[in-house]
Amino acid sequence: MKLLKKINFAGLASLGVLLLLWEIFTRASPLLQLYFPPVSRILLSLYQLIFSWELAGHFLASLGRFLSGYLLAAAVAVTLGIVLGHFRTAYSLSEALIEFLRPMPSVAIIPVAILFLGIGDSMMVAVTVYACTWPILINTIDGVRNIDRTLIDTARTFGLGRWKALGKIVLPAASPYIVTGLRVSLSIALILVTTSEMIVGGSGLGFFILDEERSLRTSNMYAGIVLVAMLGYSLNRLFLFLERKAMSWHRGMTAGE
Amino acid sequence: MRLLDVEGLSKSYRQVGGESTLALDEISFQVDEKEFSSIVGPSGCGKSTLLMCIAGLIPPTSGTVKVKGIKVNGPPQNLVLVFQEYNKSLFAWRSVLGNVLFGLEAKRQLSSDAQERARHLLHLVGLEGFERHYPWELSGGMQQRVAIARALAYEPEVLLMDEPFGSVDALTRLELEDALLRLWKELKTTILFVTHDIDEAIYLSDRICLLSRRPSRVVQRIDVHLGRPRHQLATRADPKFVELRNEIYKQISDEAGK
Repeated sequence: MKLLKKINFAGLASLGVLLLLWEIFTRASPLLQLYFPPVSRILLSLYQLIFSWELAGHFLASLGRFLSGYLLAAAVAVTLGIVLGHFRTAYSLSEALIEFLRPMPSVAIIPVAILFLGIGDSMMVAVTVYACTWPILINTIDGVRNIDRTLIDTARTFGLGRWKALGKIVLPAASPYIVTGLRVSLSIALILVTTSEMIVGGSGLGFFILDEERSLRTSNMYAGIVLVAMLGYSLNRLFLFLERKAMSWHRGMTAGE
Repeated sequence: MRLLDVEGLSKSYRQVGGESTLALDEISFQVDEKEFSSIVGPSGCGKSTLLMCIAGLIPPTSGTVKVKGIKVNGPPQNLVLVFQEYNKSLFAWRSVLGNVLFGLEAKRQLSSDAQERARHLLHLVGLEGFERHYPWELSGGMQQRVAIARALAYEPEVLLMDEPFGSVDALTRLELEDALLRLWKELKTTILFVTHDIDEAIYLSDRICLLSRRPSRVVQRIDVHLGRPRHQLATRADPKFVELRNEIYKQISDEAGK
């Protein structure tokens, strides 16, 4: 019952109506079908692509790049953010550099990455790491700088050393901010993986989507897009599930459900 | 036996304009073992600064603090400070039990009997059954009890308290005062308690150190000769209590008139 209550039936219904209209209009016009194949055909293509294992390789390639890029960025950015947030000198030394690099659209780094790393996996992962780092880094720094002095003094009065306090006090105290950064980077990671796959080609869902478009197999192209969307959606749900588990202490003390 | 020795402690702050202001001016006093001492002074006189210096959290400009004859240079192992702002001092991501265990964890004494000791302390502060709660699920008075239990679980030789009951309501405050006196008697620790409330200081203490307005100096050391255990109504109605309070008020108003 609880699960049923959570489902937004009105929202699902309006999505259903939209897809139904798509189906009806495209079936009525063969010309339109070149650009918009009927929903039923897209779903059939998706079904065939999945069960002929044609997409499995591309899917796994994208997922692998996503996971390595995202997790590496999380590890690097959280560690760096805690150090930069906690030590004033470190922050003032790096502030100008961060403020210069951060507003630059991350895809602009792709040519540089190709120049240094070629067109393999390492280049795509590097680009993802780079793009995902900024939101996590900025939020972590903010979170650390917002920690109350009293909390740090409490740790010190119990004889906790400065470095130990970073893990035991600073990290959990800043975690609500860190989680925000991690959530923003989740979608950025998928964007960068897909984009770089389109540019350098070879494998991955991004490559598949562009390749099918060039071969005028539009229903396969849409099937690829649906799969990327489903991947993004699932990763987001997984993230929210883990966040609820890890941050239950924080949800209760703040406003909002 | 002498446990805490503050000698000629001064602290000045550099202001934004570059000028320095003196907050503490040559403060000296001692605290004996198992004694309950209070520091009383008007708001903003630098009591908290003094306590931070004693706790080794900020360095004094001159003078020394010695705990058991050893000069304080950074937070000492055998001393812990309880802050007024319990809501900023408790670890929100840890349960009540997790908070109380923190000191032992920091000391690397997280053995099986650590859990038992933490539970015992929570029992002593009247929080049995709240072990699994988060601090924000408790009232202000209960949160400060958690902070006190956490400090005592660390088994400090000196417990410093910075206006610990300053942000709870009046009734809770009386309850917490009595709870603290019971704990002090049971655990035989030494307590140095900072407050701006003269009645509270007399009610709790063996000795009171009266500070002046900024820059703070020691105005007087007062011994409190009231019997124990103390009682919120009887003790406060005791003629000796009233006399002591009058004397301290007079000192403070004389000081203000200078």
